[in-house]
Amino acid sequence: MPKRRYTTISIPIPLYERVKKMIEGTGFSSVSDYVTYVLRELVASYEESKLDFTREDEERIKRRLRALGYLD
Amino acid sequence: MVSRPHGGRLVNRVASDSRREKILAEAAELPQIPISVEKAIEAENIARGVYSPLEGFMLSEDFESCLTRMRLASDVPWTLPVVLDVEEGSLVDISEGDEVLLTLDGSPTALMEVEEIYRYDKRRTAVSVFGTDSPEHPGVRRTLKMGDLLLGGRITLVGSVPNPYERYTLWPIETRVLFKEKGWKTVVGFQTRNAPHRGHEELQKTALAFVDGVFINPVIGRKKPGDFRDDVILEAYRALIRHYYPRDTAVLAILRYEMRYAGPREAVHHAIMRKNFGCTHFIVGRDHAGVGNFYPPYAAQEIFREFPDLGVTPLFFREFFYCRRCGGLANEKTCPHPESDRVRFSGTKIRELIERGEVPPPEVMRPEVAEVILSFEDPFVR
Ligand SMILES: [Zn+2]
Repeated sequence: MPKRRYTTISIPIPLYERVKKMIEGTGFSSVSDYVTYVLRELVASYEESKLDFTREDEERIKRRLRALGYLD
Repeated sequence: MVSRPHGGRLVNRVASDSRREKILAEAAELPQIPISVEKAIEAENIARGVYSPLEGFMLSEDFESCLTRMRLASDVPWTLPVVLDVEEGSLVDISEGDEVLLTLDGSPTALMEVEEIYRYDKRRTAVSVFGTDSPEHPGVRRTLKMGDLLLGGRITLVGSVPNPYERYTLWPIETRVLFKEKGWKTVVGFQTRNAPHRGHEELQKTALAFVDGVFINPVIGRKKPGDFRDDVILEAYRALIRHYYPRDTAVLAILRYEMRYAGPREAVHHAIMRKNFGCTHFIVGRDHAGVGNFYPPYAAQEIFREFPDLGVTPLFFREFFYCRRCGGLANEKTCPHPESDRVRFSGTKIRELIERGEVPPPEVMRPEVAEVILSFEDPFVR
């Protein structure tokens, strides 16, 4: 098995207890699973889109799209 | 703005003209690894960003992480291995750190920096990906026949793979420009391997009611006897779009890709590829990417719950049918009537009618679509 890479993060114990209670009977098997899920959701919404192509690239692409009939 | 590429950046590993010339000039001195047309297509998909953020064939860290947790080592969701397998004896004089040329029928396809050569367990790979090691499963059979070693490393594309459908081939950077030019902010991706019947149209149009455009993306690849031919699928869609879609609401382009039939895992992979093309949404229907009875009919919908960070919104649909009482297309969620009122869309039945030269009923297939299909001497793969 490959080694899984994890680190430890501290959260207040009362919060931990509340989350633990909240996830009872759900598909989440641990508070860590749940926290990972929520963080992933949050991180995904923050990551920025980078479109790295130049004006010339864009013009060349548009010419091809016109030639193929995808653009008027 | 359309969806951001998976992993944040659209990969471009296509050699510039000058780099390509340099690589080809040195080609004679580089060790060569002949690859199949399927692998050459994979290399092209990697290089042109369809598999962003992958920049090459997977290293063992990503491969293991993909098998065990359906994510790359970087934590980005990734459900199917994208690997280059070779037979042990074929690697004479090639070791980690070398540059090699991947060739298709003797012509260079890509330069590969071999970062890692590693072993893997085929049976375990099959069980992880397909959920079974049954030899009845076509994906399992192919996995068990793979070479014993995997080569991982970045590639640079120097050739293209012969493509009979150049005119219908768009790459992610092109669809992104296209969607932007059309003013589409939301785009739903539709995966298909079939000529469209009314059920397919209804899936797309129900989604289209909420988004700006639909990206119809038939997969062109190895087919089974009895499947519709690729040119038939394309012409049938052209007829459907011409007669039944409002102007500027649909884009039709192919994807060259080998189906794995990995059901749920493959459904996620299909969504990721369409995200890279710029889709914000993706249609997941009944038994998506399934085969035989290996996956429960809606398992491919449930798996998406594990990916809150996928960055493309799956749209889940129950199977559509025609209901005589409703007087139109419906599904379990919208129609209360008994099975006796319903006409199901059976691929086998449609095929039988077409084989006999008969036009399927209009509640099953649009007459304009049927006409196009019947105009082919033989619309099926033999
Ligand atoms: Zn009904």
